[in-house]
Amino acid sequence: MMTKCTDPVILNLWHPVGAIAEAAPGAVRETVLLEERLSFAVNADGEPVVWRSRSDVQGADHVPPADRLPARSAYGYVWTSLGSPPAELFPIPEYEEPDRRKLNAATFGVNVSAPRAIENFLDMGHFPYVHTDILGVEPHTEVKEYDVEISVDRDEILATRCRFFQPMASTASDGGADVDYVYRVPHPYCSVLYKSSPVDEARHDVIAVFLQPVDQEHVRAHLLLCVLDEDSEDKVIKRFQQTIFGQDKPILENQVPKRLPLDPRAETPIRADKSAIAYRRWLSQKGVTYGVIPAAA
Amino acid sequence: MITLYDYELSGNCYKLRLLMSFLGIDHKTVPVDFYPGREHKSEWFLKLNPLGQLPVIEDDGLILRDAQAILVYLASKYDPSGTWYPRDNPALLGEISQWLAFADGITSTASAARLHDGLFYNFDIDAARSGAHRLFRILDEHLWFGEQQGRNWICSAAQPTIADIACFPYVMLSEEGGIPRQDYPAIRRWCDRVKRIRGFTVMSGVFPAGPGKLAA
Repeated sequence: MMTKCTDPVILNLWHPVGAIAEAAPGAVRETVLLEERLSFAVNADGEPVVWRSRSDVQGADHVPPADRLPARSAYGYVWTSLGSPPAELFPIPEYEEPDRRKLNAATFGVNVSAPRAIENFLDMGHFPYVHTDILGVEPHTEVKEYDVEISVDRDEILATRCRFFQPMASTASDGGADVDYVYRVPHPYCSVLYKSSPVDEARHDVIAVFLQPVDQEHVRAHLLLCVLDEDSEDKVIKRFQQTIFGQDKPILENQVPKRLPLDPRAETPIRADKSAIAYRRWLSQKGVTYGVIPAAA
Repeated sequence: MITLYDYELSGNCYKLRLLMSFLGIDHKTVPVDFYPGREHKSEWFLKLNPLGQLPVIEDDGLILRDAQAILVYLASKYDPSGTWYPRDNPALLGEISQWLAFADGITSTASAARLHDGLFYNFDIDAARSGAHRLFRILDEHLWFGEQQGRNWICSAAQPTIADIACFPYVMLSEEGGIPRQDYPAIRRWCDRVKRIRGFTVMSGVFPAGPGKLAA
């Protein structure tokens, strides 16, 4: 039933395969991307090498150049592609700011399609019910009107003017606050969230989810944190985000169907789902077929 | 005060948070970066527990490892009602010990499957899942026959015991390891009863009982 990916849009993208901080130099790690078994390593000078796994190649130094897949390191992860990827990966300028804490909160295996996971990430309506007393609390359940646009020149979705009352927005919070959110979807399987920083009202914490499609209905979710917090230990910041993701996990894994239906009549959206509607339309316009149920032509 | 060396997503740590919440006892948490940091294998943690496993507690200078052992200790020391671990009832203590060992079996099957799927542990996933189903079938039958006799809990007592706490988390989290519970109706009813015990608290992946069913 599961055939390997033939979707050219998805094949030609950059995809994350693992966090660099968790790789011992030279150690070969195995993973699966789009149903292909891959090996990757970061050599001593920090250069990632990625190749299709084969029993006769044991280390990155022995991979014939012709067998190497495109590889780059970005935002703390190794990225690769099974096709012809673009010259650049989407920008996250805040990643360069030196006072930010940059961490892989975790890489989790989730039994869901990548687009379903992106939609959940974009949704504010579930905060009080799934992330009770952290990202939301009753009776503050209203998703207020917000703006969504598909930016043509940047080819990404942008949801702005999002606002939600959060009892504990981050590890640096000392109480409930109205929190501003901006969501970007600059890649069919990646989303970047900006939320008000409790320590500097002029700046935002950046939290990104980069989904590595293992197959159409399984992902490895890489959670990037790029936040302002001078006090909390790394493990405390990670724990906060893992707690939230652990709450989302059963919700994600119980979605039916696992692939995201792109037909506008397939699932009935409400006004709060504006960003999801734009996301589905954008995937349709791009012609994405992997991890989705395409609309009937 | 009790110090709990804790990882949020660990069902074994959750057993202790759950009992302490039922008993209303305060504790201090020392987070351990189990994943991805593998801090439970770090030098400082191996001094606390040479097995490199969570949870560990420290209380009045006593360092104790193993979720089931800690449940025995905390209930013996801090439960004034004496119902969670009834020290004066030999038959019941035997039953409790039997199901604490069973809970370890749930850990090595259902929890292993969850670690495989979620955190990429290199386990035999088919063996883990079929092992969990075998245990769930046994537990479901046991609970079903108990219900016929008017028994709500795993052991033959009118109140829940630490055996219920020990078995609950990795049953509740089994779907994360690809182990559905739809074939185990008595287990599902028992899970709902556990969730309605006064003082119940959740962890990531475990939701409270629905408000519509509070009347039960």
